[in-house]
Amino acid sequence: MFPIPIFRDWEFIPISNGGSAFMEQLIQQLVNGISLGSIYALIALGYTMVYGIVKLINFAHGDVFMVGAFIGFYSITVFHLGFFPALLISMAACAIFGVLIERIAYKPLRNATRIAALITAIGVSLFIEYGTIYIRGAQPEAYPNGIVPLKSIEILGVKISGQSLLILAVSIFLMILLQFIVHKTKIGKAMRAVSHDQDAAKLMGINVNNTISATFAIGSALAGAAGVVFGMYYTKIEPLMGIIPGLKAFVAAVLGGIGILPGAMAGGLLLGVIEALVSAAGFSLWRDGVAFVVLILILIFRPAGLFGKNVREKV
Amino acid sequence: MLKINDINVYYGNIHALKGVSLNINPGEIVTLIGANGAGKSTLLKTISGLLKPKTGEILFEDEYVAGKVPQLIVKRGISHVPEGRRVFANMSVEENLELGAFLRKDKKGIREDFEKIYGLFPRLLERRKQLSGTLSGGEQQMLAMGRALMARPRLLLLDEPSMGLAPLLVKTIFRIIEEINQTGTTILLVEQNANMALSIANRAYVIETGKIVASGTAEELGQSDQIRKAYLGGH
Repeated sequence: MFPIPIFRDWEFIPISNGGSAFMEQLIQQLVNGISLGSIYALIALGYTMVYGIVKLINFAHGDVFMVGAFIGFYSITVFHLGFFPALLISMAACAIFGVLIERIAYKPLRNATRIAALITAIGVSLFIEYGTIYIRGAQPEAYPNGIVPLKSIEILGVKISGQSLLILAVSIFLMILLQFIVHKTKIGKAMRAVSHDQDAAKLMGINVNNTISATFAIGSALAGAAGVVFGMYYTKIEPLMGIIPGLKAFVAAVLGGIGILPGAMAGGLLLGVIEALVSAAGFSLWRDGVAFVVLILILIFRPAGLFGKNVREKV
Repeated sequence: MLKINDINVYYGNIHALKGVSLNINPGEIVTLIGANGAGKSTLLKTISGLLKPKTGEILFEDEYVAGKVPQLIVKRGISHVPEGRRVFANMSVEENLELGAFLRKDKKGIREDFEKIYGLFPRLLERRKQLSGTLSGGEQQMLAMGRALMARPRLLLLDEPSMGLAPLLVKTIFRIIEEINQTGTTILLVEQNANMALSIANRAYVIETGKIVASGTAEELGQSDQIRKAYLGGH
């Protein structure tokens, strides 16, 4: 609960103290929320990119995030790599993994009904989850402490953990990189063209299959990065860890407007902040529920999402 | 330049093109006229590789291109301006033109072609940074044509460029088609507006329910009673 100052007597309870404690709590919760939200945003971007280009909700995306967390974990513990090399390896491996999923599971269904593809995605999700358990067991692992020796930093009298800042920095960097790829590079333009009109894109000489694979690769790499960052921040990872963050990232993507990149970023951050504030208000048990209440509300009142209709940066 | 020999194209069970043959010489404007659903767009899509013929052959500059993927066909030098323009509405005019040059690597040549296309369509230069979805129908048609030209095609396929445009704009578009032709690009023009099409074409084919039913020079067809009755609203 917030420490709510009771202003019975101005002389005995100075406003400044009560006020600053409240502000400090609030800011710290906001920072937590933004860190969590930026993880959601990274995952949501993959959902929304894939949806934009093949109109498929890739329910296996949360599991790519899980695989990314494990690859990062093994890179750090088995191969004794630092945070950034582990992050890069995880992103690269997830990119390949994402392309394999697309080529093996989804490509043969390109012209099938959407429900068939959706059910396949759920199947792929279960396959990855239980395949991981089959290979390495269901036991959780703990990310080692001190991979990145960062001290807390005091900003305006509020202590903010270095890890939160690192997560935020990594996420923001990746999002800027993504924007650059999508808007300035040839492959990014091809992605936008294919997402808008496949046949017209073919007539430009764009290879649609390769473009779709590239979309899966980029989306999955972002999920892999989110997995490593998540492991570092929350420490515990396990084979079913992708389910809830995956669903929440899906909510974030819908919240921002599915198929719209800035929407996924905003939706993720917003959802993270909402959850943190709900926890801060003392309802942490309701945290997971709130995300889905948000989904229901957005589907009722603004099904196109916050950024829907007029903004159209879909990939 | 383009030789089509007896192609048959199906949509599932529907036999859309029934043994179509057609011939285009370098430098010509050839028009294909016919009613809705006669198979005009199907023929263009087959040439550009969006559809594959079941049987028959298509030769472009003496190379077999039937059944090849669109990418290879664009590379060979055929560009297709599809029906309904199909511009990338979520991108700027400039980005649309860039995508037209997707397969090209010669930066200098691309820059020159930008100039050329802005010269041909000054409206596009004015609206360079604008999202193409916000353009008028005529401007979108210009953009679709400019985008196709960015690939430096030797053969340009135009599908219903006059569709939905005001008569004055239709005139402008057709004047530009003639201009494009005069710079050495061969043109296959599909039109429902047969009068306009015949007025700029060298030769014409008439297609009915998937079959070529008449062909000849534009004048010949323009004077044929049967054609006038069916397509030119003549008496």
